[in-house]
Parts: sequence; structure tokens; C-alpha cells
Amino acid sequence: MKQSFLTISTIAICALLYLSCNKKVEDRTADAPALAPNNIDLNAGTWKPILLSAPTDVSVAAPIATGTPDYIIQINEIKALQANRTSDDERIVKYWSAGAVLRWNEILRTLVAKHNLPPYQNEDGTYPFPSANNPLAYPLFPFSNPPYAARAYAYVSAAQYDALVSAYYYKKLYNRAAPYKVDATVTSLIPKSDLPSYPSEDAVIEGATVTMLRLLFPGDQDYINQKADEHKRARLIAGANVRSDIDAGEMLGNAVAQKFVIRARGDRAGAAIGTQAQWKQLETDAIAKGEIPWYSLESPKRPPMLPLFGKVKAFLFDSLTAISLRPGPPPSTSSQQMKTELEEVYQFVKNPTQEQTSIVHFWADGVGTYTPPGHWNAIASEDFIGKNFSEVRWARNMALLNMSLMDAAIVCWDTKYFYCNPRPSQLNPAIKTTTGVPNFPAYISGHSTFSGAAATILGYIVPERATAYTSMAQEASNSRMYGGIHYRSDCSVGLVVGKNIGNYAVQRGKTDGAD
Amino acid sequence: MVCFVALKQANAQTDFDAIMMSKNQLCVGPMYGYSSWKNYWEGSLKRNNLNLGTVSTSTAGVMGAYGVNGKLNILFNVPYITTKASAGTLKGMKGFQDVSLFVKWMPIEKDLGKGVFSLYLLGGFSTPLSNYTADYLPLSIGLKSKTASARVTLDYQVGHFFTTASATYVARSNVKIDRTSYYTTELIASNEIAMPDAVNFNIRAGYRSGWLIAEAFANNWTTLGGFDITRNNMPFPSNRMNATSIGAGFKYTFLPSHGLSLVGNASTVVTGRNVGQATTYNASVFYIIDFSRKQKSSNDSETK
Repeated sequence: MKQSFLTISTIAICALLYLSCNKKVEDRTADAPALAPNNIDLNAGTWKPILLSAPTDVSVAAPIATGTPDYIIQINEIKALQANRTSDDERIVKYWSAGAVLRWNEILRTLVAKHNLPPYQNEDGTYPFPSANNPLAYPLFPFSNPPYAARAYAYVSAAQYDALVSAYYYKKLYNRAAPYKVDATVTSLIPKSDLPSYPSEDAVIEGATVTMLRLLFPGDQDYINQKADEHKRARLIAGANVRSDIDAGEMLGNAVAQKFVIRARGDRAGAAIGTQAQWKQLETDAIAKGEIPWYSLESPKRPPMLPLFGKVKAFLFDSLTAISLRPGPPPSTSSQQMKTELEEVYQFVKNPTQEQTSIVHFWADGVGTYTPPGHWNAIASEDFIGKNFSEVRWARNMALLNMSLMDAAIVCWDTKYFYCNPRPSQLNPAIKTTTGVPNFPAYISGHSTFSGAAATILGYIVPERATAYTSMAQEASNSRMYGGIHYRSDCSVGLVVGKNIGNYAVQRGKTDGAD
Repeated sequence: MVCFVALKQANAQTDFDAIMMSKNQLCVGPMYGYSSWKNYWEGSLKRNNLNLGTVSTSTAGVMGAYGVNGKLNILFNVPYITTKASAGTLKGMKGFQDVSLFVKWMPIEKDLGKGVFSLYLLGGFSTPLSNYTADYLPLSIGLKSKTASARVTLDYQVGHFFTTASATYVARSNVKIDRTSYYTTELIASNEIAMPDAVNFNIRAGYRSGWLIAEAFANNWTTLGGFDITRNNMPFPSNRMNATSIGAGFKYTFLPSHGLSLVGNASTVVTGRNVGQATTYNASVFYIIDFSRKQKSSNDSETK
């Protein structure tokens, strides 16, 4: 008896300990290695910017010389920080050394996931809309749904890229070496580089991002500023920049991003919510064409998500081109083909396999996540970590990806509301879905359009992964059929449209001077 | 386990009671449970959800207890769970959830005052029986954590009246989900979720004789960590799920010669956090199979 008790207790205690301890979840990029570019891209100042007409649009004053007393004061600041550094200082140096574009992209994805929540209805069954002027009142601003998120990723990436092109121009022009090269007693806590350190590329990225995020996530300034301060401090502690590198970089980043803020204020996204009359018109137009119009499947019926987002100014093409990229109509709601496709969806959801359910959830990227554009940012980032890109190349590649994703959102949303095609569950309520039904028309699938675009531009950037990206895009597209929320036409046409959009980014990439 | 999905804690004739099977006796039978809620707590905010309507969980299972001897029992439970939402488009899920095993030991049983005092120590383990999806709350069939639990139960009976109290610590393993990243209060680039441990307190009191047990009970499940569901967000496996429920139950042995008994109970969540305000009904039929050669009288089937 005693023995059995001992045995039982021992097993129980071991089991408790085993399950209780080791709970720490390892973040995949937490230990990303420090950036050590294969090519420092010293000539990136000649690359083609997106919005700037020239890298000199914002002027950066010449730095003080390295021998001056002021410079020595700045070197001494680094030495003092290094002498008194704590383990937390070392943690932030390690974190930020993986790359500023990477880390700010992760921070942006965090904000998108935090804010990707549809507002709760009012008492009377209507819905409130977030207000940029009062971001902390419920509903919090923004509701970073997929189009909002795609636009945010694009603006942040594009602003970072332009600011870096300008920064690299001045780096080469002024050619001030990094502190650890100027003074041998400054320790470099990160890999050394021949890249001139004035203005700091990290501070340029930080400055550009902070300015963009003030517009895009105005209620999260404390969090953003805390990250920004940590980032700048990490660069000083690392011995990579003196304070004047940081200050000049931050100012340049702010100023370049300000041009993107002006663009964003005028890109028509602010009017994308539409009006009650415009929502009604979508329905009337579909009925006039003899089609069953899309209705919200939420209770109470929620206004359509950003029905005028299709009118937003794209990055890769003009508005006429955007319209020309709109595909032909979906199968008519009264056609035999629609009936067949509807039945196919029904069969998918009737008895889904475990594998199909996994695929649905892997790609769902729904409420409370960083959205499908964020998922492709994560895929790209994790692949780029191993590529040893310079910061400016990281930014250029992320800008190409994110402009593709934003423009995919524009063309996709234009198509969705142009045809206003109902979801499968609207035509057949017996179709129960294994993921949430998005609150906008079906044709064409957003996931498919995003994924087609992302796979195309990423296949250009990382050619050895092109086949993998294509099959990932196909799986993302299929996941929407498996989940019961899209017809085959939505998915297959979405992939093609996405690919067409991605090709505009590929064309840009081939001519921007980076290859 | 109390969670957003399935309320397993109220199953009668179980690890919570102060009943032991005699040596070589197996008390086994089918159980059916139905639990549903319309309101739930989003953090501490109580709300309903018109896109879910009433969320229900049906459980069909087999439960049993085997007497290694009169002081050492092994208990098991194998549930098959089906979930459903009465409104909205989301499809329910179904499948075998987690098998649980308990070893129940009664080291102390002695006269104390006018009654009998007994102490029980339990060690439990549960593990998923199928590769179900945890990350589809509130319609997942479970949280997919492996659990190990340790419990102390005290029981005091005077005549036919008893009271039982227990405290349990439940260690829960991390779980893997299908997505590669998720947001709690921060973004985590992993498919693994750190699951907070939990404690459970249970008190029950009532009438207990060889043919009838009638009792009232209260149960509290408290998750030691986790985060609140944000406004209008979906629940997540590592939410801080807390629930206090009250209920009543009975066990009626209608064929003492075969140990054939009927067990039923009902309970309702009175206060909670990140859980549904569930009302739960359970019913089961038990039959005692005696593996020992010699016949025992029915009254021995439950040693007290």
C-alpha cells in the first residue's frame, strides 16, 4: 500500500512538473541573428524612390567631423552606456540587431492584430465606426481589417524605403565612419560594417515608421514611442551610431514619411466606408443586373466592409489600370455553374477532413490576427532573415511586397463591390462554415488575390522559393473553399488577378536599380 | 475541467465524490451530458452573441471506476463531444475529446466525533484522444492540453448526512495550433500556446445511504494566469477562464443486487470570466461487474 502510494505520488509529481514547467514558448524570430549584409548596398542612393522625386528632396546637413570636441562628447556617451550596460541593454541590442525593417514590421503586425476587431453593435442594431480623432474611445481606432492593414503595411514599407534611399545617398556623400571605426575603444556589439553611419539607417527607419504610425495607429503612441526610444538606445549601446547619426536619421525619416502622410490623407481611403445611400446602391445595382445581391450574414446586419476601398489610389498603377485589372463577372447567381460551385462548397463543409480543417485555420487570418497581408509579411520576413540583405534591400523588398498587397486589396475590393456576389451560406444556409464569414461580397477571394500577388513578387525576390510560394498561394486560396466561404471561381480568378498585380511589382523591381 | 466548451467537472460518480469501489469491482456505464449557454463573459463583461445564439455541447461517454482494493480505485472517462451554435454560420465540431484517468486513494478513514472522517488523495492525467482543433473557440471540443492533476478530498459523514470538500491543482501542457502566429496581449510568432495552470475547489453536501445519494454542490475553477478576451474578439485557449457553478445531483441504486444505478445532476455557472454561463445536465447509468469470484452483497459495493 505504502509502496503504491509512493509510486503514484512520484508519477503524479513528475507529471505535474513536466506539464507545469518549460512553458516558455519560443518566438521564431526572437533569436534572429544580427544583420550582416552580404552587400552593404552603398549605392542605394541611386535606387528609384517611390514618392520622392530625388533622394535630395529632404536635405540633410553635413555631419560634424570625427575629430571635433562635440563628436568626442558623443563617443564618450557611447562609452559610458557600454560601461554601465545591463543585461536588459544587451537584450535590446540583440533584439534590434536582427534588423530595423524586420522589427518594425513585427511591431506593425502586432498593432494590426490588436486592432483587427469588428466593432460591437449599438443598442439599436446599427454599428459605430471608429474615429481617428478619438482613437481611444470605443470602438478603438482603427479597425485594422484586411484592406486597412494592407494599406498600412504598404505606407510604412514605402516610407521606410524612400527614406533609406535618401539616407544612403547622404551616407555615401558624407562618408562618416561608424563610431567603432573612429575610436578603437568603442566596442561593437553587433557585426561591423563599412557602411557610413551618418545618417543612421536605423534611426531613418524608426523616424519614418513612427511618423506613419502616428497616422495609422494614433491611439498607440505610448507603445510606439517606447519601442522607438528602445531602438535608438540600442544603436548607441551597440556602438553603431553616435547621437548625431541618430538625430539626423530620425529627422530624415520623419520628413520623408511626412510626404507619405500627405499622400495617405488624399488617397481616398478616408471615404472608403461609404454612406448608407451607397450601400443601398450596391444592392440595387446587383438586382438591376438580375443577380441576387450580397447581404451581410451577421446579426444585426453589418454595413459592408470598406465598399469604396476599390477607389483608393494604388502605388503600382493608376486608377484606369486598376479598373482594367478588374476581372469579368462571376457565374450568375441563377446559372447552372453557380449551382455546381455551390454544391462543391457544400460537399467541402459537410465532412471536412482534419487536413482540410487545419488548412482552413492555418490561413484563416481572421478577427484578431494580422490579416492575410500580415501573414505574407511574416512569411517574407522569415525567409529574408536568412538572406543577409542590407536594411535598404530589406525595405525595398518589403515595399515591393506590400505595395502589391495594398494594390491587390484595391483591385479585389473594387471587384467585390462591382459585382456584389453573395457568399455560399447566403445562397444555401445549410452551408456551415469552419471559419468566420467575412462581411463583404464573395467574388473575388481576398485571400486568393493577396496570395497570388504576394507569391508572384516573392518568387521574384527569392527565386529559389518561387515554387513554394506558388503552392502556398494555392493552398491559401483553397482554404477558403474548404472553409465554406468561397466558390471555386472566387479563388481561381482571385489568384490570377493577384498574379497580374504582383507582376507590376516585379516590373518595378527590375527597373528600380537594386538588381 | 471547466472551459469555454465542455464542462466536465459536473459528471457525477466521479473523481469528486467520496465513494470507493471494493476490490475487483468495476463500476461502469454510459453517460450523456448536455450543456448550453447563451450569455458569456468577455473578460468580466457579460454579453450575448447574436452570431452564435445558444452554444451547446453534448457529451456522450463511458465512465468507470475500478477497485484495485477498497482503498485504491482507478477511474476513467472517455467523452465524445459535439458542439453546435444555434445562430450564425459557424459549423460545430465533434470528436473524441480527452481520456482522463484518476488514481484515488483513501489513506485515512476513522471515527471522529459522531461520524466518520475520511481523506482521499487523487492523481489524475488526461490527454487528447484525437487530433481535434483547439483554436476554434467557442466551438472547439476541448483545449487539447494534456493535464496532470493532484487533489486532496476530505469527507465527513454523520449518519446519512455528509459533506465533502476538495482542492485540485491542474497542470496543463502547452498546446499546438494550426496557425503560425497569434495575438494575446502581444504578438507571438509560434504555433505553440503557453497554457496557464488552474485550480479547482469543490464542496458538496447532502444525504448518502446505500441506495440513495442526494447532494448539492458548488464548484470553482480558477485559471492561474491567461488573458481576457478583448472587446468583440473571439475566445482563445489561453484565456483566463474562471467559473463558479452550483448544482444538485442524485444517485439512485434501483437494483442493489447488480449495483445498477442511475446518476443525474444539473448545475449552472453563477459567475465567470471568459467562459459561457452554462447550464449543464448529466445523466448516467452504472452497472457493477464483480471480477472477484465470491459474491458480494450489494451494500459492499460502495464502501464508506
